Amino acid sequence: MKKFAPWIALAIAVLWVASNSRMPKAAPLDFNLVAFAKIPLLSDGRNKPFDTVARNSLLIIRGKQTLRLEDGRTIDARRWLADVLFNAPLADSYPSFVIHNPEVLGLFGWEQTERKYFSYGEIQPFLEKIDTQGGQAENVESAKRTPYQTAIYNLRNSLILYQRLKNSLRPEDSPNFTGEIEACMQAMPAGLEATAKQSKGENFDKEKFNSFARLTARFQTLAELSYLLPVPPDPAGTGPHEEWISVGASLLQSISTGAVDPATKSYALIGDAYHAGNRETFNRNLADLTGWMAKNEPKAAGRAAFEFLFNQLEPFYQAMGLYVLAFLLVCFSWLGGNRSLGIAAFYVLLIALAIHTFGLGSRMYLQGRPPVTNLYSSAIFIGWGTVIIGLIIERIFRDGVGSACAAAIGFITLIIAHHLAGSGDTLEMLQAVLDTNIWLATHVVTITIGYSAMFLAGTLALIYVVRGVFTTSLTKEAAQSLTRMTYGVICFATLFSFVGTVLGGIWADQSWGRFWGWDPKENGALLIVLWCAIILHARWGGFIRQRGLMIMALFGNVITSFSWFGVNMLGVGLHSYGFMNKAVPWLAAFMVSQLVLMALASLPLPRWRSFAPGLK
Amino acid sequence: MLHRLFDVISSLKLTVVCLSLAIVLVFVGTMAQVNFGIHEVQHRYFQSLIVWWPPASQGLKIPVFPGGHLIGAVLLVNLIAAHLRRFRWTWRTFGIHLTHLGLIIILAGGLFTDLLSVESFMRLAPGETKNYSEDSRAMELAVIDGSDKELDQVTAIPEARLKQGGTIESESLPFRVVVRHFYQNSRLQPLDKAGPGAVSAATQGVGSQVVVTEVPRATAENERDLQSVVVEIAPGQAAPSLGTWLVSDQLGAPQTFSFAGKTWRLLMRPQRYYKPYSLTLKKFTHERYAGTQIAKNFASHAVLNDPERNESRDVLIYMNHPLRYRGETFFQSGFEQDDSATILQDVYNPSFIAPYVACVIVSAGLLFQFGYHFVGFLRRRKTSPAQ
Repeated sequence: MKKFAPWIALAIAVLWVASNSRMPKAAPLDFNLVAFAKIPLLSDGRNKPFDTVARNSLLIIRGKQTLRLEDGRTIDARRWLADVLFNAPLADSYPSFVIHNPEVLGLFGWEQTERKYFSYGEIQPFLEKIDTQGGQAENVESAKRTPYQTAIYNLRNSLILYQRLKNSLRPEDSPNFTGEIEACMQAMPAGLEATAKQSKGENFDKEKFNSFARLTARFQTLAELSYLLPVPPDPAGTGPHEEWISVGASLLQSISTGAVDPATKSYALIGDAYHAGNRETFNRNLADLTGWMAKNEPKAAGRAAFEFLFNQLEPFYQAMGLYVLAFLLVCFSWLGGNRSLGIAAFYVLLIALAIHTFGLGSRMYLQGRPPVTNLYSSAIFIGWGTVIIGLIIERIFRDGVGSACAAAIGFITLIIAHHLAGSGDTLEMLQAVLDTNIWLATHVVTITIGYSAMFLAGTLALIYVVRGVFTTSLTKEAAQSLTRMTYGVICFATLFSFVGTVLGGIWADQSWGRFWGWDPKENGALLIVLWCAIILHARWGGFIRQRGLMIMALFGNVITSFSWFGVNMLGVGLHSYGFMNKAVPWLAAFMVSQLVLMALASLPLPRWRSFAPGLK
Repeated sequence: MLHRLFDVISSLKLTVVCLSLAIVLVFVGTMAQVNFGIHEVQHRYFQSLIVWWPPASQGLKIPVFPGGHLIGAVLLVNLIAAHLRRFRWTWRTFGIHLTHLGLIIILAGGLFTDLLSVESFMRLAPGETKNYSEDSRAMELAVIDGSDKELDQVTAIPEARLKQGGTIESESLPFRVVVRHFYQNSRLQPLDKAGPGAVSAATQGVGSQVVVTEVPRATAENERDLQSVVVEIAPGQAAPSLGTWLVSDQLGAPQTFSFAGKTWRLLMRPQRYYKPYSLTLKKFTHERYAGTQIAKNFASHAVLNDPERNESRDVLIYMNHPLRYRGETFFQSGFEQDDSATILQDVYNPSFIAPYVACVIVSAGLLFQFGYHFVGFLRRRKTSPAQ
């Protein structure tokens, strides 16, 4: 049995990944929403598939990527978006909006119950109230908003997003949008003539003028409200628009050109078919649109299809599962003294790392950027870096410690990333000053690897303390080997933190005109460098030994988490990307836990179970 | 005795103490930015020898902590002394020496930057030409002789001179300017609304209808001092005084008076730094990502004109791509509302190269040191496979 254990573990890992990697298929007689989800469009400044819009929008509005209906059925984000885009009355009845805050509920005269999700239809009577209250909250700095203000402000944004989505591809109240477009095109010659006469002050056909004006006014509204820009640019020089535009804008252009853009026509057709419940027409027109996109926008279509695949595979979620498995395997190998389980853990970690790397690489390909561009991606990258260093340590020492640290930090950073993703698109466009791949690739990456190493050193110290205080397993050899690892990792952290900080200074010199400005994020990086320097010098001077090193490495966790997250919570400074209030209690809890560990480590040696008999 | 002193200043203990003090100072200085502007924090914590408490008090102040300059200077001395004492040429310590050499360059460079660099701004609307940049804080009192229609003759008195007070004489002025009172930060109020007992700030010009009061210096990020000064214009010993004027940052239009057949203007304006060349803004562009409000790029298309060096060419200044010219660097810093003008930051920093050099040296040093020991460690493990 012992012999097979690693193979069983590996088989479980592979099966789990495979079962999570099945691609969804639309039922043959249903709307082909899978094909729809792969169609490219432009929103928030970048090309993406409808699938991403669906997932992110539902995440912003509901806080989850799926929707549970009141009858217990669960629908995915694709179905939800299709209903919002094409069948607004139905979507209005879905409990899409999450409201936790009792004061917001109180605003509507509702008592807080178990129910957290509400439909647009239920909220509709209070839209005006929400708009005024949310508008007031908007004027308060985000760091100074009360929980109520934050909640009402977010709700207002969710509602705006929802209403814009409903009016992105067709007017939400239109029973037959194709018909409307045709009517407008037919009324156009007479309507334009009447308009021209009216502006010249001549006699004009009032009825034709009015009906034409009414029809174009609807396009105008659509162009103003639309959140999505789904109509691709005309092939160079052949048409009036060179960028992706909205359906409404495309129709307004049709009034001057006299021709309806093929993509716009397709969207109207598939929208009407969905609205009418006509599956066959929907799928036929969708196939036309897909083919047209592949021919006219091959690059955007290819990327969108890849992003769909990336969304579907959820590599970080799968890696998370494997990190848990690897961690358990290491723990079992320690408990049972079974080395083969430790080897299994190593291989599971390799698979997890491969998937993690695939996810990281996919994001880089989709964004065309180095790996770290915001707080979310920094969490992903810290995890990735730590796993690699952890695996190298494991290869050198082969005692499970490197694997355990890699698995634990890999899992925790991915969980943190998961919670940072709540604000929508994690592949967002970059502010002008960040629009430079050289510095993102050098400064940001090195500094983030520095964070990885600091956390790894802290975790090694944690293992030292927990094993030493609570178990008898920390032998002299084990303690020495942990010390070597920690010391080595701190040296590594010093190198990367220092180089990263100086590179950051040079970037600042290039873009802001000064090498160093004592900005909070800069100071955070400096704190890490100083702390590393103190540890190294204290050790060289013999002021600290094993335990001193461990205590200081634990405090390194506190400093690094302050530098990574804490300074962003101050709400000041130039690096004010990714502000987040919600994490304050978590950060505080983490810091306190590290202080507790430091206190534990300071217990007199006879209190340590490993050292009690006077080992040292 | 001297020996023991050298022991102390070259000791590792002093290094660790300085680094520990530095870490506390940096942390406190970071947290202080929640309440105070970056400029104030720098001045109070990092660019000072001593951190005082209470910071704003005019009277009694207690030194509570060593400031950034003091810690930096001690570290620098400690670093140099330690290497003088312990320097021995071996490969084992080569990386350490290299690293610390780089650190010396960084610390010294930082000190020079604090002492020598000058930051100013140039605000340009399309079509506008300027051959000077303006200080963002310091003001100057401009006394302008506008009798020549082609060319104004300006005598500028910098804020630092106004603060000293007393009588100011200049060859370009046929009268003396006597500083009656300088207000570092002030508020103006109309005399009729100031309540009973209020006294007008000056006898002539706008100042005769205005009350000026001194207020504490601005410390918040989005505030700055509004300087005012009351000056007396006094011709010679014999002639009677022309009276006093209030000149203030808060008064827009210049005030005028006549003397010796000429009309003179008085104005408080940001201190100017003139250059032997000029910049003309052709166009300012502000791109956004399609369908969003996120800025993609800001760019200033300008013409650089340097008659001295016979240079005239188009320059493009945009994010992360400054213009470096004659020892100064112009950065795209901001823009006025509605993109009506560009704001360029102009930095003169002769020691800007220090961190570039230091970065290379320290990186090489650390890489060598850790690499050397890591390889040695791996080798030892291979030869003793006991574990």
